[in-house]
Amino acid sequence: MINQNSKILLEVRGLHASVNGIEILKGVDLTVKCGEIHAIMGLNGSGKSTFAKILAGHPAYEVTAGAIIFNEQNLFDLEPEERARAGVFLAFQYPIEIPGVANNQFLRLAYNTIQSQRGKEELDPLEFDDFIRDKMKLLEMNPDFLDRSVNEGFSGGEKKRNEILQMALLEPKLAILDETDSGLDIDALRIVANGVNQLTNKDNATILVTHYQRLLDYIVPDYVHVMEAGRIIKTSGKELAKELETHGYDWINAEKSFNKTGVRL
Amino acid sequence: MSTVTNAAGYLENLVQSWRRPPAASLFWLDQLRAHAMNSVGTLRMPTTHDEEWRFTDISPLGRLPYPAARAAPKTQFSDISHYYLEEAIYRLVFVDGQFAPDLSNVANKADAIIGNLSSLITTHGDTIARYLGQLAELQNDIFTALNTAFLHDSACIIIPQNVSVTTPIHLLFISRQKEITSYPRCLVIAESGSNVTIVEDYVTTEQAAYVINSVVEMSLSDTAHVNHIRIQRDNQQAFHIGNCTVALAHASQYRSVSITLGAHISRYNLNVALAGEGAECTVDGLALISGHQLADTHTFIDHAKPHGKSRQLHKCIVDGIAHGVFNGRIMVRPHAQLTDSSQLSRNLLMTNKARIDTKPQLEIFADDVKCAHGATVGQLDKEEIFYLMSRGLSDLTARNLLTYAFGGEVIDRIAIPSLKKQLEEIILARTQIS
Ligand SMILES: Nc1ncnc2c1ncn2[C@@H]1O[C@H](COP(=O)(O)OP(=O)(O)OP(=O)(O)O)[C@@H](O)[C@H]1O
Ligand SMILES: [Mg+2]
Repeated sequence: MINQNSKILLEVRGLHASVNGIEILKGVDLTVKCGEIHAIMGLNGSGKSTFAKILAGHPAYEVTAGAIIFNEQNLFDLEPEERARAGVFLAFQYPIEIPGVANNQFLRLAYNTIQSQRGKEELDPLEFDDFIRDKMKLLEMNPDFLDRSVNEGFSGGEKKRNEILQMALLEPKLAILDETDSGLDIDALRIVANGVNQLTNKDNATILVTHYQRLLDYIVPDYVHVMEAGRIIKTSGKELAKELETHGYDWINAEKSFNKTGVRL
Repeated sequence: MSTVTNAAGYLENLVQSWRRPPAASLFWLDQLRAHAMNSVGTLRMPTTHDEEWRFTDISPLGRLPYPAARAAPKTQFSDISHYYLEEAIYRLVFVDGQFAPDLSNVANKADAIIGNLSSLITTHGDTIARYLGQLAELQNDIFTALNTAFLHDSACIIIPQNVSVTTPIHLLFISRQKEITSYPRCLVIAESGSNVTIVEDYVTTEQAAYVINSVVEMSLSDTAHVNHIRIQRDNQQAFHIGNCTVALAHASQYRSVSITLGAHISRYNLNVALAGEGAECTVDGLALISGHQLADTHTFIDHAKPHGKSRQLHKCIVDGIAHGVFNGRIMVRPHAQLTDSSQLSRNLLMTNKARIDTKPQLEIFADDVKCAHGATVGQLDKEEIFYLMSRGLSDLTARNLLTYAFGGEVIDRIAIPSLKKQLEEIILARTQIS
């Protein structure tokens, strides 16, 4: 929800980043205020996941220029785990499988770390079990997933649900959901979207990376951005997603040319 | 040169330190010991010039000619009860290699014969005589020869035909004195159709150095099943040389999990002979070492008959400046057609000073066989570390959790809950996860 008086939660200015010497982000600008929901769309390979992973602190990406201020802190001063503890959460496009690490052990460690950071009470395994089962009900997840290794052998949709379960546990200030809708069946999409909606409030913010209007029917964005070749080239309201769905990305370029030259190409 | 002199002196000293009266004045047993002592005379201590000992320098052992343990110190139940396994009804406790009847729970009945050599030799002498010292490599292995030459007490387990012992048998070998050598010994005879689980467990209450030279022999008759779990948790000063020889008859199955945690220098030789058609073995191992430790595991799986199957997973987690060695030899003899064998050695280096030497050694002389093997040496996966850190876990916790998970795959193959729990606690303590 847009409220002009809300505090700025995330401010990205002129972000350039490369991986293995190849520049991928070429000047990203983005401002997110508390209470807002932003959608980032764009062609495959345009740099959306790269941007998301840089926010989370992935060590493979080298930031070559620009600034990111998160909640009045220089984000680059924080290690990945410090970012998580400060309230940054990335639901990965491709959640990794970690054989041998039990999901419940992992979830409890993560939860307790964040709790202690916030000066709140940690839970022992029994208490945590009750707590996590409640959260799983919200996402209609089978408790059997607790005893399995993190994401190991999970279906695509199950992995995505496990990501949102982690989001529900950690209650981040800024949640970045990278194509969480891809791979979800129609029922799961509704369930996951409901889960996300229950977690959003006026003090936190969400960035949805998606290719489809479908998700935005459930989680209605305040802004829709289009990323192209490592830059955000267009920002508009929720209707932009619908236009993209009808006209495709070429339409933006066409429109840009139209604006520049006054002639539709 | 000095090593050789040292080693020769070492053997001489050991032999001289041996003055124990024999366990029983049986002709065959005396002969076995004399025969072994002869071998000692013809063998020498291995050095790194011997191919089988290339990576494992045991010359420090030559400087420690610890005498054989004299009388074992009085050991109370309370000293060691925390090592007991609640699932185990039968338990044989050996203190510095010497049988401790007060702490043990033996059996001599129709469905299980479990006890020390000195008593079972009177009731089952003929059976024992057929196997004791017959599987182990007396001729070629100096340590086996020494152990046999000094043979006194020995765990003896005879599982009669078609008997399943439903609870694990716990062999607890406790080291209590420093600067001694102990010679643990074990004989397992699993008659046809029998089924048994044996836990061979080395623990200590001592902080300073001692030497263990252990020998285990296991014979599996047709269709017998033996589960063998070996835990070596000696202190970090100890030397531990272990030899285990297993012979499998037709359609028998041997499953083993060996966990190496302790000792300054340890060497475990496990020889499994699939000597009957359709025999199967699973041989898994985990070495978790740090500091200056050296842990060497040499296994030899010998497919001698057709339709045999072997599975092997060996893992090393090496921290500090420790050194892990794995040599996995698999032989498929000419007649062993349709052998199905796989071996995987996976190794995790925790520091850039840690070292691993891993060597699969396949010798295949039959043409219609399936043999897969692989070895990996690596560090923790960066993407996995990042995933965990992105959820708030510190770099150290993330690494510890992943290390624990790496070892957990082997620990999980131990089907005894209380033992699994003990091991998980040890590994958790080492990897400091709360
Ligand atoms: N580690 C890497 N090494 C080399 N190239 C990379 C690496 N990571 C990303 N890239 C490249 O950067 C570009 C942007 O990738 P990114 O994953 O950010 O795209 P995306 O917008 O998320 O695409 P999609 O919609 O397909 O998920 C791609 O061309 C990709 O191949
Ligand atoms: Mg992407």
